[in-house]
Amino acid sequence: MAPRPAEGSGPGRRPIAQRQRRGSESPAARHREGRCRAASGGGSRRRPPAAGSRLRRRPIATAAAAAAARQGFRPAGSRGAAHPGGPRRRHGDGFQNGGTIGILQKIFGSITTADGSALVKLGNTTVVCGVKAELAAPAVDSANKGYIVPNVELPSLCSTKFRSGPPGEEAQAASQFIADVIENSQIIAKEDLCIANGKLAWVLYCDIICLDYDGNILDASAFALLAALKNVQLPSVTINEETGLSEVNLKQKNPLVIRKHPVATSFAIFDDTLLIVDPTAEEEDLASGTVTVVTDEEGRLCSVHKPGGSPLTGDKLQDCITRAITRHKEVKKLIDKVIKSIKPK
Amino acid sequence: MAGEKEKVVAAAGGCCLRPFSCEQGLLSRPDGSAAFLQGDTSVLAGLYGPAEVKGSKELPDRAVLEVLLRPKVGLPGVIERSREQLLRQTCEAVVLGVLHPRTAITLVLQVLSDAGSLLSCCINAACMGLLDAGLPLSSLFCGVTCALDPNGAIILDPTTRQEQEARAILTFAIDSPERKVLMTTTKGSCSVEEGPCFPP
Repeated sequence: MAPRPAEGSGPGRRPIAQRQRRGSESPAARHREGRCRAASGGGSRRRPPAAGSRLRRRPIATAAAAAAARQGFRPAGSRGAAHPGGPRRRHGDGFQNGGTIGILQKIFGSITTADGSALVKLGNTTVVCGVKAELAAPAVDSANKGYIVPNVELPSLCSTKFRSGPPGEEAQAASQFIADVIENSQIIAKEDLCIANGKLAWVLYCDIICLDYDGNILDASAFALLAALKNVQLPSVTINEETGLSEVNLKQKNPLVIRKHPVATSFAIFDDTLLIVDPTAEEEDLASGTVTVVTDEEGRLCSVHKPGGSPLTGDKLQDCITRAITRHKEVKKLIDKVIKSIKPK
Repeated sequence: MAGEKEKVVAAAGGCCLRPFSCEQGLLSRPDGSAAFLQGDTSVLAGLYGPAEVKGSKELPDRAVLEVLLRPKVGLPGVIERSREQLLRQTCEAVVLGVLHPRTAITLVLQVLSDAGSLLSCCINAACMGLLDAGLPLSSLFCGVTCALDPNGAIILDPTTRQEQEARAILTFAIDSPERKVLMTTTKGSCSVEEGPCFPP
């Protein structure tokens, strides 16, 4: 069976045959450059990628509702005791509880044309992540590794802050943050993506698109990515020894091996003392800084991301890390609950 | 005496910085400029401002800070944009922009050579550039990179080789009056017990 042709040749993404001809460039570099080349200071030599076009091709809005109705994913406890969409509980010590379990919803498999997808709602912030797997030749210096290429898009749909056109600084910084989370936490070992050493490997394009921006985009993107990767089913590929061509068996699918489960927790800083977990857009605008801590299930720190903003003492930073570890446990419980509730296809 | 000094240096081990130097005012066109060298890593910063700003970007109550980071080779990519965001928000926390509303301050950083600890060198060059431009600052800040090697020892100001061998690299920007943390970014994972390497 011939390999499945690359679906969607949107800007920055060309069909496989063309990609393999330019063998010297890695898919990761090209995917990113297609997104941000026009945004760099190099002038507009090529038409900037239309950020909205990828969104229109996928019937996201209907699929999410249809998938949810079809498969009844909403976990029983998700609407639980906490206030759905209402104000979050406040604690007296300056920390505000993010109300994780009541307001965080995950919907698996919302994009039927993708190899794996998830829709995450964190309060009003809605982020969908679709993972598409394609085949490519591995890089010469790491012949046994595949690629994972994340891309975060903040289209003009999600908020008035963003104009259509090349990705702005926030989208690119978020893309880099997600790439760092994947790299630091080793969520998937790239060696697992290799099919034949030096000849064929999987490329996972993870497109994270924000549909509704109400702050805390980094947390939501990280959840969506984790959930989508857990949802991915890769067809098995074998290389025919006689012809040297790859044969893709769509009937036999295997899930990805997810080694670690990194969870991001963001805090907004007010006046150097008050810290609020999971800030909304309004809180972020008023805050004097943000901190994002990424932890995995062993309590290891994958990332402490504090991009400037008002200064924090070391003790406060330690406090944030401890709270992030506690929150990780709650989110992990939710992920496990949702996965158990998926009906096997 | 010399023997004792040598013993102290050996005991400190990785907790010493490479020889660093700074030169200010070396460019004639920008309002402020500085070159910062840490070992073999060097970054040149040029600052323009407070200057006129285009209508849409103008903020009514304070100055707009823009950072451009140019790598040594190639066009700026996503990594440079992410670092520009880190530097911009670090400088915004320190520059008293409210004294210059409806203006723009542009900071351009050019990487001259990269031999490890590049981000902290950029932070230091930015601070020295801001000083040279005479902009009002609420505090000074410095950048430092630490690497955790596979044994768990902390190496400050790592070289490229030490960075590649390390399992985690943490970069901090620390402000001067109370030694609080302005900016952190980490690469690689470390356990929380190694967290006490955060400055107290």
